[in-house]
Amino acid sequence: MSPFKQQIRYESQRDLRFADEIMATPGCEDLGGCIQCGTCSGVCPLSIYMDHTPRNIINLARAGFKDDVLTSNTIWLCASCYHCTVECPKSIKITDIMYALKQRAIKDGVYRRGIPIPVLAREFFNMVRRNGRVTENWLATILYLKTDWLAMLKMGGLGLKLIRTGRFSFTMDHIEGREQLRKLLEPSSNNNTSASQGAKQ
Amino acid sequence: MSHHDHEQKNGTHGAEEVRIGVYVCHCGSNIASMVDVEAVAKFAKDLPGVVLSRDYKYMCSDPGQELIAQDIKEHKLNRIVVAACSPLLHEHTFRNATKRAGLNPYFMHMVSIREHASWVHTDRAACTIKAKEILHGAIARVALHKALEKAKVDVNPAVLVVGGGIAGIHSALTLANAGKKVYLVERDATIGGHMARFDKTFPTMDCAACILTPKMSAVRSHPNITLWTWSEVVKVDGYVGNFKVKVKRNPRYINEDLCVGCMECIKACVFKEPKFTDEFNQGLSKRKPVYIPFPQAVPPVVVVDPATCLKLKTGKCKQTCVEACGERKAFDFEQKEKFEEIQVGTVIVSTGFKTVDPHKLPLYGYGIHPEVYTALEIERLINASGPTGGHLVTKKHEEPKSVAIIHCVGSRDEHTNKWCSRVCCMYSLKLAHMIKAHTKAQVYNFYIDMRAAGKGYEEFYNRVLEEGVNFVRGRVAEVTDWAMTPEEEGRLVLRVEDTLAGFVRRIPADMVILATGLEPQPDAQDVRRMFNMSCSTEGFFLERHPKLAPVNTPTDGIFLAGACQGPKDIPDTVAQAGAAAAEALALIDKGHVEIEPNTAFVVEEECSGCKTCISMCPYTAITRDEVKKKAVINPAMCKGCGTCVAACPSGSIRQNLFEDVQVLTEIEEVLVRES
Amino acid sequence: MRYSYFPGCSLKGTGKAYEESLLPVLKALDIEVHELEDWNCCGATAYMAVDESAALKLSARNLAIAEKAKDEVLAPCSACYLVLRKTQKYIQEYPKVGGEVRQALQNAGLEYSGNVEVKHPLDILVNKVGLDAIKKRVKKPLTGLKVATYYGCQIVRPYSAFDNQARPVAMDKLMEALGATVVHYPLKTRCCGGSLTGTISDVGLRLVYILLKEARKNGADIITTLCPLCQFNLDAFQDQIKSRYDDVTTPVVYFTQLMGLAFGIPESELGLKRNIVPAEPALAGKV
Repeated sequence: MSPFKQQIRYESQRDLRFADEIMATPGCEDLGGCIQCGTCSGVCPLSIYMDHTPRNIINLARAGFKDDVLTSNTIWLCASCYHCTVECPKSIKITDIMYALKQRAIKDGVYRRGIPIPVLAREFFNMVRRNGRVTENWLATILYLKTDWLAMLKMGGLGLKLIRTGRFSFTMDHIEGREQLRKLLEPSSNNNTSASQGAKQ
Repeated sequence: MSHHDHEQKNGTHGAEEVRIGVYVCHCGSNIASMVDVEAVAKFAKDLPGVVLSRDYKYMCSDPGQELIAQDIKEHKLNRIVVAACSPLLHEHTFRNATKRAGLNPYFMHMVSIREHASWVHTDRAACTIKAKEILHGAIARVALHKALEKAKVDVNPAVLVVGGGIAGIHSALTLANAGKKVYLVERDATIGGHMARFDKTFPTMDCAACILTPKMSAVRSHPNITLWTWSEVVKVDGYVGNFKVKVKRNPRYINEDLCVGCMECIKACVFKEPKFTDEFNQGLSKRKPVYIPFPQAVPPVVVVDPATCLKLKTGKCKQTCVEACGERKAFDFEQKEKFEEIQVGTVIVSTGFKTVDPHKLPLYGYGIHPEVYTALEIERLINASGPTGGHLVTKKHEEPKSVAIIHCVGSRDEHTNKWCSRVCCMYSLKLAHMIKAHTKAQVYNFYIDMRAAGKGYEEFYNRVLEEGVNFVRGRVAEVTDWAMTPEEEGRLVLRVEDTLAGFVRRIPADMVILATGLEPQPDAQDVRRMFNMSCSTEGFFLERHPKLAPVNTPTDGIFLAGACQGPKDIPDTVAQAGAAAAEALALIDKGHVEIEPNTAFVVEEECSGCKTCISMCPYTAITRDEVKKKAVINPAMCKGCGTCVAACPSGSIRQNLFEDVQVLTEIEEVLVRES
Repeated sequence: MRYSYFPGCSLKGTGKAYEESLLPVLKALDIEVHELEDWNCCGATAYMAVDESAALKLSARNLAIAEKAKDEVLAPCSACYLVLRKTQKYIQEYPKVGGEVRQALQNAGLEYSGNVEVKHPLDILVNKVGLDAIKKRVKKPLTGLKVATYYGCQIVRPYSAFDNQARPVAMDKLMEALGATVVHYPLKTRCCGGSLTGTISDVGLRLVYILLKEARKNGADIITTLCPLCQFNLDAFQDQIKSRYDDVTTPVVYFTQLMGLAFGIPESELGLKRNIVPAEPALAGKV
């Protein structure tokens, strides 16, 4: 195998509908106006860990390089601190775009394996759909069971501390109106746990 | 007058028989592709009063116009209708053609079957019917037209220039050199504007004061220029060629004619040390209550600040200044504001700009971190006559090891101003060049796009690139004092994405310069109301046409020059100032202005004196004759907007070219369904 | 003053101490609260990552319940605060998704017509109750206690309804009213990493480390927070941070806990024993 991999991109590799699909999600309409100034990456506390900076994600998304965008770790590292949204000189709601991309990655099933966040999102989603509330330590336990057994061992110490300080809930919290909640969420729950209507608004 | 008048239907108007010539233009394929022009012309032939009806490929061409002229002579036509493009484009063309043939040009009526028909519809059959209907209305209307003459108004050759920056100075000198009387009114104590505060100008690195002060001196010594500084225009009345302007002369407490600018009073002032904010030096130094803005001020006369002068505030002072002035006796603490009334024919508004307040960008830390400066502050610091004698040092008087220049501060930003301020990239490059040349500091320029579009500008950018200035393409996210590494301790740190490299960088700096953008003066709305101008959504004064009339305003006789119309550099400002002077000179040279006759007039017998129309007029063209108790319309100021015509409860106001019977007849005939 | 209290899942779980300290403080200031009936999880950041429409519907159920209860909503958790406000805004600004949400509410027998005000306790305390009234209740001023005020992100971004967005001062002023000294803290609104500490620890822990380090560097004895996730992140991982990076151990408390102490409410009633990094050493002698 040659160590020299071709980096060129052809027009046929672009998904020309991708940008419009993202922009159709409420909050993401201004994607087209980006002047690539890089303020978002500059304020983002996570950008230094991302394989593509937020600015570059907007650039790639706008150009339709869908796979690069959806398989990046950027969208999962976004902690929704909204600093980019607030500082963007074009008033682009980048956080909302990150959400739209998360939704799309889960829906298309192309999220990066090895990053626990999509699994966390999905388990959170399921727990709330079923119970109406989240019981944090159970959510964390389920997450570790499904992603990283070893991490659970490391977190064991923390678990004990939480029990000691009374911050560990042994029972699953739930609401009375679970049936009402089911009716409320019905259309979207039809699309399964990885559903997203977002892109098709 | 009823529009059902039988006479008119038969094609007669009063005693005279109406003979109408109709011309339907193809406009190449612009009209002909969607309108069956031959059919339309044929249709017109049978309408009452029409003698001939033609279709032609390009009516606006010479042969097209000749056609009209010839037909008028040969067929003794006394009314013309042209159905073609928008009257905005060629109404004057056809009026002139009509006039050349000896017929009153207002017997020509033009209607658009391009913008109103062929360009906005896709159904050819329906479009042709519409064109017929439009034409029918026009033909009925033109029969009712009356002969009209343009009015002539004399133009006063004196000119008022408002604002004494480089734009105002250049306009004033151009006009004065052409032998015209110029009043130059400037709000500040000296002329010179922002340019007087710059150190060097890009791209030539000319010293701003060195190229400006000769012009300032010329203004002072020019016999044709009356220079009023520390003064403001407070009222403008009148119309093109005949403006009456009231100017308020604020008290300097100095008799300008007696002060020789020796500045002994400043030395002698009871305040031994300067204590008050020096506005000229952007607040970086202090001045005394009596001061001169800068050494080369024009006029070279001191000014006393009533807010800080002890004599003026408390009445109790040793007045060592008066003593130092001695025999010249230039001080006058009793001086009051004075009003001057002048009459001019044209006005040039050149009131300049203000820079963006950097407090609006909190993450850059202006006002919180002492070493964050605006570009204007740095201009003063590096200027030899500035507070540090031209040495770029921190507030602790240390030489910076690293200086950062942030572009686009308050520009291209929806949180402050959306526009690009045009000059900041270049002045940032200039500052970078100068700091590199005069200090040992590392210089960084943080930009989004490098805008270097003028003559010699790209070459200057290249020069700065080669001098080793660090260019980082990225909009700085924040300027912080949070240090992460030993090299950052005690310094300011800029966090920015180097977008070309694709990673985030933290860059320490000892001084941070914000390239603040340009925006309209805070009182732009008040000024524009005073001169009957408009502002664009950005707040700059609005030109009549962005491409073809950049120095005219919709108000005749009022012109714009310089940054008050939009951000621009010095070459463009001077060019625009020359253009405004030329426009003024054109009016003055012609000596008179011709007013279109589509003005409103009051039928005196029918006017009830109710005064409804007076407050309605957007051009303040209507006054009340207190003796006759009737409304009077000044045709020179009337723009023919028709508001008063519609508002008059007794219908006693009519409008030439838009009389009720003319308009209603056109409507009636347009509504007749054709096939 | 009466409010509908929306605790959110965290305040019933890892953030118990927030509720435990908030309620007595509100009581001491004569503010009546009643827990919103059968409230559900707001969805936080996770729901929006899966399905925008579902996230808005989920959050809207709370708004419908709140509207029925008529009082203004008090949401101490920054994420809940943000989500509820964002939902209100988006239902109104985006008619299509707004219509979907209203339809879904209708299917579930609920109704929401936009008449709910969502407030954060810090807002009420500083702007409605007022610092003077708070000062009057202070029995044991926190003299000499050096506090770093940490706001986190979601209370000021993207909606800053009651404080300066870039440099908030509400909690600072509150701490000063309690007699404490507020230290300079440039990272007041820097994100703590949210759920990253538990999922991508390399990244999450470093963010927390930076926050703790800078507070220590500026002389803080203690850090106050107003978000349960921030408190958890800053409090629960300090031993891991010590072994990975440096010892930057600093106790992290809720601002309501300090308020309670200053008001003379016994420590045992303020949930201070729930801190993983004990706060007592820092408070000793200052309270």
